[in-house]
Amino acid sequence: MTTPVPHPAPPRPTPPAQTRPVAATREPATAGEPMSGAASVVRALEAVGTDVIFGIPGGAILPVYDPLFDSSMRHILVRHEQGAGHAATGYAAASGRVGVCMATSGPGATNLVTPLADAHMDSVPVVAITGQVSQSMIGTDAFQEADIVGITMPITKHSFLVTDADEIPARIAEAFHIASTGRPGPVLVDIAKSAMQAETRFTWPAEPDIPGYRPITKPHVKQVREAARLLATSRKPVLLVGGGAIRANAAAELRALVDLSGSPVVTTLMARGALPDSHPQHLGMPGMHGSVAAVAALQKADLIVALGARFDDRVTGRLDSFAPNATIVHADIDPAEIGKNRLADVPIVGDLREVLRDLAGELKREHTQHGTPDLQGWWTQLDDLRERYPLGWTPTADGLLAPQHVISRLGELAGPDAIYAAGVGQHQMWAAQFIRYERPRTWLNSGGLGTMGYAIPAAMGAKVAEPDREVWAIDGDGCFQMTNQELATCALEGIPIKTALINNSSLGMVRQWQTLFYGERYSNTDLNTGHQTARIPDFVRLAEAYGCVGLRCESAKDVDATIKKAQEIDDRPVVIDFVVSRDAMVWPMVAAGVSNDEIKYARDITPDFERDE
Amino acid sequence: MSRHTLSVLVENKPGVLTRVAALFARRAFNIHSLAVGPTEHPEISRITVVVDVDTNPLEQVTKQLNKLVNVIKIVELTPSASVQRELLLVKVKADDASRTAVLQVVELFRAHVVDVSPEAVTIEATGGEDKLQALLTALQPYGIREIVQSGAVAIARGSRSMTDRALERISRSA
Repeated sequence: MTTPVPHPAPPRPTPPAQTRPVAATREPATAGEPMSGAASVVRALEAVGTDVIFGIPGGAILPVYDPLFDSSMRHILVRHEQGAGHAATGYAAASGRVGVCMATSGPGATNLVTPLADAHMDSVPVVAITGQVSQSMIGTDAFQEADIVGITMPITKHSFLVTDADEIPARIAEAFHIASTGRPGPVLVDIAKSAMQAETRFTWPAEPDIPGYRPITKPHVKQVREAARLLATSRKPVLLVGGGAIRANAAAELRALVDLSGSPVVTTLMARGALPDSHPQHLGMPGMHGSVAAVAALQKADLIVALGARFDDRVTGRLDSFAPNATIVHADIDPAEIGKNRLADVPIVGDLREVLRDLAGELKREHTQHGTPDLQGWWTQLDDLRERYPLGWTPTADGLLAPQHVISRLGELAGPDAIYAAGVGQHQMWAAQFIRYERPRTWLNSGGLGTMGYAIPAAMGAKVAEPDREVWAIDGDGCFQMTNQELATCALEGIPIKTALINNSSLGMVRQWQTLFYGERYSNTDLNTGHQTARIPDFVRLAEAYGCVGLRCESAKDVDATIKKAQEIDDRPVVIDFVVSRDAMVWPMVAAGVSNDEIKYARDITPDFERDE
Repeated sequence: MSRHTLSVLVENKPGVLTRVAALFARRAFNIHSLAVGPTEHPEISRITVVVDVDTNPLEQVTKQLNKLVNVIKIVELTPSASVQRELLLVKVKADDASRTAVLQVVELFRAHVVDVSPEAVTIEATGGEDKLQALLTALQPYGIREIVQSGAVAIARGSRSMTDRALERISRSA
């Protein structure tokens, strides 16, 4: 691989927004002001600083929608509650602020289940407000009744059922506090319609009072010192950076440690953008579809410093053969992550910004006392792998567009300041591989849950949070058909997102597995949306029906021009139907359940990690 | 696998037991027994849960439990440093011929008869698992009609109070 050319510094100096402390209310409401429970829901949401709510009204939440009508908060009427949930997630992931979604009881609430599970897996601060049937009806199998608190218990950070109007402000304050502090996550507040209709006095709590909730943010000095000692003395260290680095707004502190340590760095799928891809120590993404250098670095490391990463199975491959020689330093704000999958030799519980700051301080001390470690041999080995096994792709055999080319060009033309939201599957992996991320919060995707359909609503949420940025949904034809109804929302609400539809006419990642592991028996993966098919639906006409501009691109020579054309349109959403080859595959790949040592650079090519050892 | 007793202080709020029990199920841990009840502080309940698990998974489940917002404190109570008791009610066949023998067993185990009828007696006994098992074995020959048994409750030996210390921490942090 050629030496990466550093991108120019992003022109926009705005740092990622900080999570707002909940105690700092925007407008200290008059204590004890009389109003309905519904009005107190709206007042509480205003008090925590909500500016946007994604939602759909319905019977049990209807009382809230009346005072909401007069509120300064913007409500964006989505077309499906799943869209509201992912939009709130996209909003939060792009901005760092809590995303808010709202739905009615029963089916409205159950439609939030997928986005809540998604936000839970990826630690995104989201608050969901749902209506519940009136208290006297709870438990009677009433119309549109669902036990949403029970249903969402395992997929939320916490949840509340509110039946007393007086409790509404406190529960909402607590929900935002829990969602945004510690390890962020989704919190659901289910409010009985009877509580919304009851009269109450609005009292805003001074400080959330939650006896069982005390996230540890200050790391233990002794552990940090030990981590610094290891980092200063190991010969083959790797910094394994996870999504926590982005959630903690720790990019600057990470950069400082990276520069100081001289150590190789890998960023997981959730951490793309935490360290600029142009940084010379950045080896790329580890894991199932990671770069050979990143995967090999972890396998051969004598020290892994995991920073806000959770040793997910897609990163470790077969756990018992993952990084067999590595001592593990594991820093995370969630104590339960430490030692969950891989035993940690040095556990550090704390906020990653503080951990990184302290670690850099201690490392500097180690360096002054003992000198900097000699990593020359390690770098020679890794640079050799980078050179021999760069990320790349082979031209398509069918003459259709190579999806990797499309995504790579999109990354070049939209640049590092754009926000990219991907669906799940091949296009997601290519977007993680071939777009060069330079800033945190520019890469949004469903990493943990792997939610197809994430891209369009998440891009919508991101565009609402960051209206001045170019926001691209990179979606597959399968994913797109799960949530594209939100294009109507985008068109009507003036949210001009752009969609690069990587249309290979199939459930591509499943098809890739069928090619590799199921003898090319393509059971139920053909979607008939591509070249020489029935083209149902015709995505260009679908886009137009939704009030968007629909463009189609079928040849490599048109790719740049089509992207540029989309970039010039800013008054409507744009959908580009990139008709690509269905035979393109994601490489490198570690098959599920095997050791990372078995990584394939391409079909039947196993890299040799050892050449220069 | 080994047996561990966890004492879990939780907020006395609806749904908390569900959260705790569901967490065990979701993380694939088997609950051997579970007992829940109020404490000397009305806002705090205490769950005693006995699980069969190895040390590493136990640490993981403890950490996961700690993440539940309604969980205030978790302590593992080892058999040597705590007192653990279960309550057993057992209905045993006892007619004129066998009643004396049954009552002798009751006496021997320092249990009590809490109900008598011409054909049966109901016996109440408290103790550790071993003692209750032995009592049941001794009663077996006379004919056991029905058994109901509580989960274990446990308390640490010594003068210190788990709830006090938890409450102290709460008031300090507030």
